[in-house]
Amino acid sequence: MNKTGIAYIVSAATLVVAVWLGVSIGTVKVPLSTFWDSTDTTATNILWKIRMPRVILAGLVGASLAIAGAAFQGLLKNPLADPYTLGVSSGASVGAVVTLFFGLSIPMLGTYTLPIFSMVGAALTMFLVLGFARLVDRSMKMETIILTGIIFGSFLGSVLSLMIALTGEELRQIIGWLLGSVSMRGWKYIVMVLPFVVIGSFILWLNRRELNAMLFGEERAHHLGVNVRRRKFMILIGGSILTGSAVAVSGTIGFVGLVVPHMTRLLWGSDHRHLLTLSFLNGATLLIICDLIARTIISPSELPVGVITSFIGAPVFAYIFYRQRRKGAI
Amino acid sequence: MLNVQNLAGGYGKDPVVQHISFEVKKGEILGILGPNGSGKSTLLKIISGILPKQDGTVEIEGKDVSAYSQKQFAQKVAVLPQLHAHAFSHTVKETVSLGRYPHQSGLFSTWSKEDERAVQEAMAYTGVTKYEDTPIEILSGGEQQRVFVAQALAQEAPILLLDEPTNHLDIAHQQQLLDTVRSHAVEKGITVVSVFHDINLAALYCDRLLLMEKGRIAMIGSPLDVVRDSMISGVYKARVKTQPHPELPKPQMTLLPDTMEEMKPFIVTKEQFQVSSKHVSLSAGQPLKTLSSAVHNAGMGWYRAFVNRHVDKDYNCDDVQAENASYLEREGFHLTETVGMMTAVTTEHVEIEEFAGDFGSVIVAVTAGIGNAVDVSKTLTRDQKQQIGTINTWVIVNGRLPDEAFIQAMITATEAKTKALQDETILDPLTGTIATGTSTDSLLVAATQRGEWLPYAGPITSLGKLVGHGVYECTARAIRAYKKAKGWTV
Repeated sequence: MNKTGIAYIVSAATLVVAVWLGVSIGTVKVPLSTFWDSTDTTATNILWKIRMPRVILAGLVGASLAIAGAAFQGLLKNPLADPYTLGVSSGASVGAVVTLFFGLSIPMLGTYTLPIFSMVGAALTMFLVLGFARLVDRSMKMETIILTGIIFGSFLGSVLSLMIALTGEELRQIIGWLLGSVSMRGWKYIVMVLPFVVIGSFILWLNRRELNAMLFGEERAHHLGVNVRRRKFMILIGGSILTGSAVAVSGTIGFVGLVVPHMTRLLWGSDHRHLLTLSFLNGATLLIICDLIARTIISPSELPVGVITSFIGAPVFAYIFYRQRRKGAI
Repeated sequence: MLNVQNLAGGYGKDPVVQHISFEVKKGEILGILGPNGSGKSTLLKIISGILPKQDGTVEIEGKDVSAYSQKQFAQKVAVLPQLHAHAFSHTVKETVSLGRYPHQSGLFSTWSKEDERAVQEAMAYTGVTKYEDTPIEILSGGEQQRVFVAQALAQEAPILLLDEPTNHLDIAHQQQLLDTVRSHAVEKGITVVSVFHDINLAALYCDRLLLMEKGRIAMIGSPLDVVRDSMISGVYKARVKTQPHPELPKPQMTLLPDTMEEMKPFIVTKEQFQVSSKHVSLSAGQPLKTLSSAVHNAGMGWYRAFVNRHVDKDYNCDDVQAENASYLEREGFHLTETVGMMTAVTTEHVEIEEFAGDFGSVIVAVTAGIGNAVDVSKTLTRDQKQQIGTINTWVIVNGRLPDEAFIQAMITATEAKTKALQDETILDPLTGTIATGTSTDSLLVAATQRGEWLPYAGPITSLGKLVGHGVYECTARAIRAYKKAKGWTV
């Protein structure tokens, strides 16, 4: 069995274990038998109505952020890049916070007003950022994209800060949303986010070999036969779709998009043909585990999952980083 | 194979390069040369499609490049860039495998046997197979560049473009890389176009050279046509001198630094010669440009010490070079700075004389032994072992000489020696005819390369007159001294 095969098996297995832990652990223990034996209605309800949608949503959000982060880091050739580098997430946040701030609720959309506004915010930002970057520099160099993302991100960030400063009662709600959470969303959110996850991930996966080539620079990729401009556009759009939809349903959950790709690279190498899929799996696993901890650690209260991702993720990352560097040094 | 017509283009509105037309045939290696900013890299980038062209056409296999998609273009043209950095780690094999990108298509585009073969071949060809699973960033610069050569070769494109491929490589790696490219071009009929910084490397490895100046073609032609003193110094604004390569019919260029002013004038005088029973020697203040047929450091070179060593007439040694070298070292001469001759003649009988002319002076030193005098016109049918006879002649010139004057001085000196033998009626003992020399004569011409410019040394030039007269006089006297010592005359 080669290294890549092991990587896929290990990643998939940990994901399955994470899902099982995610649905079974809590104030009420849900035994494994509930999956096929629905005689215990309470357990069945908890499993299918509460825990399963929560675990799946956490998994989808984690997977989206991780694969988008891996693609952005590769495309921008920058280990510090993450899904939020482009500023799309700030757009999504502004959309969501505007909804909360003004207490908006469009009758036809009901409780989905927030995620839909958020997605609109993300989409607008994406077009503005890419349009502006193209306006500045027709060839859309990586530096141009990063700088444009920073410009739009900080501008939108100031809009967020303004609303937070002006807000009164909804402050807790806004902060809570910004810190990120996947609780009490239900199946409908999954249905809403799933198409974007599928489309976005598929677009990125289509560009796995191009990402490998672009690691050596745009010029080199061009020489190797990559249609750099088109591929870059595809990757930016794919990553933005994933980021925008993930933020829209869960808030800005940090760390997953930055660190999961790095951990995956350290463990299994930086070949994007595998890195994208493996990051997808590992991102899902990490967020499911983090969400499990977030809702159980000070039970019955819950912590925002964004707090836990950094809290757990950073030491784990530090450990892997340390081990890998030590190994390399010997 | 590659046809460029009236090409113009560059970064901004004003074209950096223009009116570029050339054609490269299959299997040919074309080198692009030019000073910094002459547009050689820009030209390569326009051809490879990185920079836009503003005018003209680029055709590959008779088809305009705009008709090719990016992938199709990469199937035809592989590019090897200068060394570069990378953000994340790839293994060597992953890196080389990327060269197969243009040959893969479809959604899943599985890795075919053909891809694997091309990658393995390219790695073997460049000698990086043993690093297959090594992350590329821990390799040295030379090894990394070899990996990128392998990547370009794995592309299996009929045209290879290189942009200063040997930048930052030491000479061994430069040679290794260019040998690889060259043999690949010859074996597989690959067409190569390469930008070069180093004129000598380009002249060595290319079939034709394209010299650029201010965005235009200054000249295109064979290395012998392009790498000429006037051409190179005109375009690069540098003082250069070209010389033939010692092994190949290719020109090589040397810089002539502007340090002539720093060089203080100095002359060699008769008083600097030292004579002992062991040797005659001259130690000059600075190196002299020397052409000689000596035992140690023969040929053309710069030397500051000259030794004519006495050896027994039965001197016999398997390795004369090594024995003589150890002698010179023992006597305190620096081997790389010293020209060494040998003679069986008593060195005290050396004739040293300084001859003054209107330009400066010439010093002649001769040791003559005529025991094995030979008539050069009668030696064809002779079956005789070489024996030490030896008339060793040194001609030291206080003046500046071109190479041809060195050769003329040697002719003049030889003629004068022969005339002296004739006037002294030295006979070839086997034929009874007048001898022209001995069997192992040696000649040395050295010049300070300061002072007056002396372009010629034929017998009626001011230098040639002194050389002829001086060598004749000294040789005649040395022969008389030899005869006297042998008791042949009173």
